[in-house]
Amino acid sequence: MSNEQQAPAETKPTTEPKPSKRRFGWLNEAIVPLLAILTAVLIGAVIVFVSIPSNKLPAFDLSLYGSRSDWFFSTLPERLRVTLSAFTGLFSGAFGDWTNPSSIPVAMSNTLVESTPYILAGLAVAVTFKAGLFNVGAEGQLLMGALGSVAVAAFMPQWFGVASLPTIIHLPAALLAGVIAGGLWGIIPGYLRAKTGAHEVITTIMLNYIALQVMDYLINGVMKDKSATLQRTPFIHENAALPRIISKATDPSLTGGQAYPRLFTTTSSTWDLRIHMGIVLAFLMVGFIWWLMNRTPKGFEIKTVGENPEAARYAGMSITGTVVGAMGLSGALAGLAGTSQVIGLEYNLKAVFSSGLGFDSLAIALLAKSNPIAIVPAALFWGALRTGAGAMQVNTGISINLIQIIQALVIMFIAADQIVRWIYRIKQAEGGKITFNRSWGK
Amino acid sequence: MKFTRARGVGLLGIFIAIVLLFAVNNSLGNKITETSKIQSIWDFTSTIRIPDSAKMKVDIKAPPVAAIELPTMITISLICGALILVGGVLIAKNPERGWVAPYMSSVIAFGFFSILLWAVANNSVDLSDTLSRVVRLGTPIAIGALAGIVCERSGVVNIGIEGMMLTAACFGYAAAAISARMIYGDALPESAAKGVVWLPLIIGILGAILTGGIMAALHAWLSIRFKVDQVISGTVINIMAVGITGFTRTNFLLKFESPLRAGLPQMPLGPLADIPLIGPILFDHKPITYLMILMVIGLNFFLFRTVWGLRTRAIGEHPKAADTVGINVNRMRYRNVIIGGMIAGVAGAWFSLEGSFGFDDGMTNGQGFISLAAMIFGKWNPIGAFGGSLLFSSADALQLKVQAYNFDLPSQFMQMLPYVVTLIVLAGVIGRAKPPAASGKVYEK
Repeated sequence: MSNEQQAPAETKPTTEPKPSKRRFGWLNEAIVPLLAILTAVLIGAVIVFVSIPSNKLPAFDLSLYGSRSDWFFSTLPERLRVTLSAFTGLFSGAFGDWTNPSSIPVAMSNTLVESTPYILAGLAVAVTFKAGLFNVGAEGQLLMGALGSVAVAAFMPQWFGVASLPTIIHLPAALLAGVIAGGLWGIIPGYLRAKTGAHEVITTIMLNYIALQVMDYLINGVMKDKSATLQRTPFIHENAALPRIISKATDPSLTGGQAYPRLFTTTSSTWDLRIHMGIVLAFLMVGFIWWLMNRTPKGFEIKTVGENPEAARYAGMSITGTVVGAMGLSGALAGLAGTSQVIGLEYNLKAVFSSGLGFDSLAIALLAKSNPIAIVPAALFWGALRTGAGAMQVNTGISINLIQIIQALVIMFIAADQIVRWIYRIKQAEGGKITFNRSWGK
Repeated sequence: MKFTRARGVGLLGIFIAIVLLFAVNNSLGNKITETSKIQSIWDFTSTIRIPDSAKMKVDIKAPPVAAIELPTMITISLICGALILVGGVLIAKNPERGWVAPYMSSVIAFGFFSILLWAVANNSVDLSDTLSRVVRLGTPIAIGALAGIVCERSGVVNIGIEGMMLTAACFGYAAAAISARMIYGDALPESAAKGVVWLPLIIGILGAILTGGIMAALHAWLSIRFKVDQVISGTVINIMAVGITGFTRTNFLLKFESPLRAGLPQMPLGPLADIPLIGPILFDHKPITYLMILMVIGLNFFLFRTVWGLRTRAIGEHPKAADTVGINVNRMRYRNVIIGGMIAGVAGAWFSLEGSFGFDDGMTNGQGFISLAAMIFGKWNPIGAFGGSLLFSSADALQLKVQAYNFDLPSQFMQMLPYVVTLIVLAGVIGRAKPPAASGKVYEK
């Protein structure tokens, strides 16, 4: 994969493959990811099957079963049942129990809520993929975004010595603060990469750990809610919150006296949903990134730098500027993911805030092949998996970590699509493979 | 005046020195008469050592044989002054080569020393113990760096070292715990309970090595056979490691009762351990630490003095040429990546069998990535990488050491120190570092 081999392709004005003339061309594109998911889930099922916790099975007893293997085989039907119930649990957790329609809205909304940060963080990683960068730092950027937004959302009126600020000022300020904080945290590795050659994979991981400590310091220090026993910031002002779409009115005793906005207020617990305007923001961003990447010179620059930096330099593009810009944009998107979590969902920042979102977003961007539109189904899939996993754990006692294994398998099969093609006998499609590695130096 | 790397590093060093000076001045300014005592407790007649059992080692604090009293403020001012001076020289002269890495290392080393002095103002600290911690905590980083070197010298980038270590830590511990149960049943026999139960521990280490090898084989398979981008393939390893170990821990390890209670023991090397100052630092450690030192020397020998080493370097620098003279590039890469994984497995065993006994989720804590930074710092050279590991582990050692003192700096800042140092070193040094030319590139005939 040397640059010399790629160079002739770069002389063509467009780098996008021509849209397929066949109907359902997109299905053709999606078939490998879908099969990858299927295969990963099947392997997950095998793992469940073999490792069912012993309290869900008849105990091994030497007088009843001749040997361990006899015991294993005689419990096969029971194992099959538990495995199936694990996956039905997964499904009903994510999409509701379809025998009980009133559970559907809550489950669906939970899936959407879970998917919101995935869409934004997945987009963040996809942008850097396009620029040939591997941003493992979405986690840290997200934390910094959350910190920035909660600082403004909870403390800004204090700075001006007023009781509250109007929504039209406070909400955009909180959003902007999160975006800027995340963006700055993304610019650091971008700048280091462009100027010193420090590989972004290591620097972003280091910055993740640093961000974690910064957050720990702030929420135990200046940003701590003195009245709370938990380590957390105060609740944000109601004027800085992203409204929920449909939900019960907030109970001010649980939210530090704040009455958070809802577009529609309901009294029915079937429709008491956590879904908030963050999902709308996420969709807007998907549109924006699609437009940026496919309809603007900046997007073209990012893609060119990613695919062939030599050609980009030759064409007079600034590699430094593009790398820093792409990382900054990526950080801003991840920051927005953190922001929407804080001002749309949690309303404060706790010590346990984000869990592995950085790696998840890598998986999502790979699954979507960095296509902004395809990020949405990929993130929804991930959100559903996460939401359902909780229910699965309750139902079968199978650890939630199973999801992480499935996730890694999905990435593996996406990255090495030859494996999937080989298993299902699918012909190799046209088009390039993703390549990042420009080694450690410049 | 052009902004170059040397000038940037000089500027950074001056900045760090000034910040340090101001911080110390703020904290101790009005107590300028206070002194920090640096002591070394090495009086071997008073430290009773009982070999083969770390737990029973009785630590009797004897009066130190040497106690150096340093005036805190004055010493720190002198150190910072010198750093600023040299930084100034760097900016003014803009030397081409040979200055950046030494200056940066001394900024970090003396910076740490100053922080230590600052933390123990009007108190005393055991120097040999601090340095011995540096070596101890540097062990997994150095071994990880060796694993990285073996892979990258043969042309395969290995970002998955963190994941290989984590999986190895998990299954190494599992192997030790399960084999102990299989050998001894529910409780250790009287005879074994007193001493160290070697057999299961060795099985544990072997299990860790095997696990590392298997994970590395997956990495090799993905990146060589399927030509997956090596960074992605490494990331797959890392994510999978989190999943597999978490799953194994919650589903099996937490429920599993093992008779084994303690990990690898302290093994002072007889009279060597009693050499003043140097003894405790180098010759009073647990087995994997000694193994690390042997591995550093050994790899250095193998890499530069044997046919295997020559071939490894050849396929990393110019695979086509190596192929022309009849070396099977991809087979060699497979073999080396797996060897690298097995080395990373030893580092994994350090976490769950030596550093502490037991397995925790995410217990490698980014050390695998730090070891990659150490590898880069050492320019893909075992001895250099060992130096880099000590640099990074000193941040960790310092962080743990000052916890015992009433210190003005918030603990979170101390805890982020290893990561900040890694970041600074990577940014400052890497431009001078030249990776093996074919590193990260798929070889196709």
